[in-house]
Amino acid sequence: MSETKTFEIDFGKVYSERMRLNVGPQHPSTHGVLRLEVELEGEVVTEIVPHIGYLHRCFEKHAENVTYPQVIPYIDRMDYISSMNNEFPYVLGMEKLLGIEVPEKVQYIRVICAELNRIANHQIAIATFGLDSGAFTPFLYYFRDREMIITLFEKLSGGRLLYNYFWIGGLMHDVHPTFAEDCLEIVKQVRKTNDEALDLLMYNKIFVERTANIGILPADVAINYGCSGPVLRGSGVPYDLRKVEPYSIYDKFDFDVVVGKGEMGTLGDCWDRNIVRVREIYESCKIIEQAIEQMPKEPCDVRQAVPKRIKPPVGEFYCRAENPKGELGFYIISDGSPKPTRVRARATSFVNLSVLPEISKGYMIADLIMILGSLDIVLGEIDR
Amino acid sequence: MNPKDIFELLKKEIGDQALELVEKEYHDPFIVVRANSIVETCLVLRDDPNTLFDYLVNLSGVDDKDKFVVVYHLYSLKHRHRIVLKVYLDRENPHIPTVERVWRSANWHEREAYDMFGIVFDGHSDLRRILCPYDWEGHPLRKDYKTPDYYKGIKVPL
Amino acid sequence: MGLLNRLDNPYNISPGIVLGTMEDLLNWGRARSDWYLQFGLACCAIEFMALNASHYDLMRFGCIPRTSPRQADFIIISGTVTLKMAERIKRLYEQMAEPKYVLAMGSCSICGGPYWKEGYHVLKGVDRIIPVDVYVPGCPPRPEAFFDGMIKLQEKINKQKIFEKRARVAQEDAKNGNIGNIHLPHGWEEVK
Repeated sequence: MSETKTFEIDFGKVYSERMRLNVGPQHPSTHGVLRLEVELEGEVVTEIVPHIGYLHRCFEKHAENVTYPQVIPYIDRMDYISSMNNEFPYVLGMEKLLGIEVPEKVQYIRVICAELNRIANHQIAIATFGLDSGAFTPFLYYFRDREMIITLFEKLSGGRLLYNYFWIGGLMHDVHPTFAEDCLEIVKQVRKTNDEALDLLMYNKIFVERTANIGILPADVAINYGCSGPVLRGSGVPYDLRKVEPYSIYDKFDFDVVVGKGEMGTLGDCWDRNIVRVREIYESCKIIEQAIEQMPKEPCDVRQAVPKRIKPPVGEFYCRAENPKGELGFYIISDGSPKPTRVRARATSFVNLSVLPEISKGYMIADLIMILGSLDIVLGEIDR
Repeated sequence: MNPKDIFELLKKEIGDQALELVEKEYHDPFIVVRANSIVETCLVLRDDPNTLFDYLVNLSGVDDKDKFVVVYHLYSLKHRHRIVLKVYLDRENPHIPTVERVWRSANWHEREAYDMFGIVFDGHSDLRRILCPYDWEGHPLRKDYKTPDYYKGIKVPL
Repeated sequence: MGLLNRLDNPYNISPGIVLGTMEDLLNWGRARSDWYLQFGLACCAIEFMALNASHYDLMRFGCIPRTSPRQADFIIISGTVTLKMAERIKRLYEQMAEPKYVLAMGSCSICGGPYWKEGYHVLKGVDRIIPVDVYVPGCPPRPEAFFDGMIKLQEKINKQKIFEKRARVAQEDAKNGNIGNIHLPHGWEEVK
């Protein structure tokens, strides 16, 4: 993108000392309670050890001690930014195990909610990423729009952040009569803000200088580390579960898988990972518009397929869906009783964060914050 | 490739180290492997051009009352197929070689399995607790785990 | 109670002149410029971010985020406190300068919330390690609920009697014959 001038200065034999620096768990840029132990040589990061577990809330232990529907509220609290998406793989998997056929309208409402929540999640991700680099204005713009989505979800489920809206076999409530109009209004506003954000943030020269060619993640490393979502797609791998393994009714919609192309620098840098999120918001808008058009208009009993008593057969399965952050999966083992024997969450951010020591070596300490921001982690999911 | 072909391939490559293929109703098809041949198995599955399991989706420890189970969910981005590997471990002394050198993502998954179940992954580069504090006692997801009454002088139960 | 309430008083001597005590003035100033420690723990922190953003605008309460505990007046425990995090929170609290306040936001920080039963690694209420001034229930609390808690905190600050307490301590000292002693913080009494 830009030419940088290098000045040849003879520094003589002056070496800066090595030091170990502690970042977090209370730090404004660690997106929660992440602690990083960084070894620096001058300003350059030579080694980095993440310490996690400061928000370990024993999700898997709780899941073993409650009934199947009661697991859903705990799943909400895992990745608390995109609760609707979190519930999706779990209810899909349970419906497969129990052999439940859910009504068509429920499928559409689920997809619309999941995509709206994907937008809300990406808005937070981009906004806080901008905040890390010193851009405060996109944060205000995006949160204004996010508030519209949150208000809509509040109308649906009664909760602003944690919904418990997807039930095994159905939904908590049917949508309100003006749901379609509300969604279209939101989509219109989201598109407008996104256009503004592209100019304000993504193509801003300062932002490009901070993010392009920083934290380069090659595709093979990303796959070996098990990365998914925008982190993997930013490296140019078109892997989106909505496309490669369409679950629910995602095969009925026309949308593109956004991948990074290395427009501003090298393929797989921080800028690429972030532009994937910005462009995915447009794709989600497309899906919502199509879904609203196709959705059955007449009211339907969304709880008609909800089983009264859930006692699945003995079995075990792995169910997964595309979370805004990547692939979220649940490995559920049932022993035939109303409580699961084991619910193992394949947390997206947990896997995505493990690549951080690999890609942040050799960069400045200030770039480390940008790399961390571009991974879009949420500690509730990492520590569970 | 379907699970049967994968199992045949494994039989050919590693002999009877691959114990059996289980295809049951309500179960994802899985292959049971001996603990000491897990690295070999994974390398075959990763590098064989017909399987190319380049993506370790999930690695979980399971407490199966009398045994510990380590479950590997594998996926191939190229062929878009999947398989589940299972290794049964002795409850008294659970040891298994690490697959960290096959897929790097196993590093943190194995640390978590060690933290939660006490399964020791031999040869792991950095086998420490990951979620619980480093001085935590016991392995919480074991079925016989008792919540401690006090941790560093703080009362734990409500 | 506060100075602003006296502005509405019809018995003011003249417009622009307010009669009040020094204490009122101090409390008025402290209650309306509460700087908080910018510090998020869990889900409630996202709701707290929404509070800071354009729609709810926490800054109209005079709340400015500080990243250092030395500059903060109060700390918001926004989310689940785990045992691993507990000593960090205690240290952050100890680093803050007096007078300091604690606002527990959400059920988790009040009593463990949904993690009360099997949460082997969850602290069942942050008041087991630090004193809490205001509890805001909810999972997570609505921003309006947080505002209510904020107003409660301001009321609490308004009611504080700094000089009276100091006078009382001085009286007690005079009675005990300890005039001229330096008052050390609590727990240091034995060092004389």
